[in-house]
Amino acid sequence: MTAPAKPRIKLPEQAKTGDVVEIKALIQHVMETGNRKDPDGKPIPRSIIHTFRATFEGALVFSADWGSGISANPYIAFYFKVPGPGAFEFTWIDDTGLTVTEKTPLVIS
Amino acid sequence: MQSTGAARRSERATSVPDNSANTPKIRVASHIATRRDVLCSAAAAAAFLGGLSQFQMFGGPAGAADQHARSPAFELAYRRLLGDAEPLADGTVTLELPDIPENGNTVPFRIEVSSPMTAESSIKTVYLLSTGNPQPMVGAFHFTALSGRAAVAGRMRLARSQDVVALAERSDGKFLVAMRQVDVTIGGCGN
Repeated sequence: MTAPAKPRIKLPEQAKTGDVVEIKALIQHVMETGNRKDPDGKPIPRSIIHTFRATFEGALVFSADWGSGISANPYIAFYFKVPGPGAFEFTWIDDTGLTVTEKTPLVIS
Repeated sequence: MQSTGAARRSERATSVPDNSANTPKIRVASHIATRRDVLCSAAAAAAFLGGLSQFQMFGGPAGAADQHARSPAFELAYRRLLGDAEPLADGTVTLELPDIPENGNTVPFRIEVSSPMTAESSIKTVYLLSTGNPQPMVGAFHFTALSGRAAVAGRMRLARSQDVVALAERSDGKFLVAMRQVDVTIGGCGN
């Protein structure tokens, strides 16, 4: 598999402790379903990101198990109750075992 | 209708060199009236079609239910999650999907469950299930004490017109459900 493009993360520009804020994350991936066939009629094997995880200072915030029904270049949005300053770590794991991690600090006002 | 319009337009175009003062005005007026007629009838047709699809969507004829038959794979996945229990359809789960998505390859969804999200009562997981895709389990979304709000959004594939089901598992083990019927014109899932 080709090296994945850098994922895109959208955090609020600044947040206060106790706020509930929306986090958005987007990564490029074919998310091949495994249901398609190539021109010779041979099935194209499944190749998807099956796990997404978001942690904040080591504590799990949100995770998702994805199936082949998730669109290519998966986008996910979820919420987070700000416990204080710190950094996020986002992880994507695909069928080939490829793991992409992205660290993003949260700006506290 | 289109051919009539084109005929009118060409008629008007040929009338332009005519130097008579009155003729163009009359021609223009009749042209507008025709266009208005066409637009009105088109709007009426759209309203009729819109009404029809709504009728089918909300407890319409029995045929509509057959059209959105639930796959055996879905029934299996659904029962695996629920066991013998039936989920509560009390309106606490909101599943947002476009009624008629243009492209089944990328259909935006949003699920929100109203919950205090405290240690006493929270939503642990939301399952997104498809009744008409080859694989029924689209995604499982897990919340934690840091979530603050049991809501998630993303994009899903829909292989055909079907029901989409969101099941939420509460911390007390009860399941909550929401369902939406979606009409897909171009299917996803690599067909």
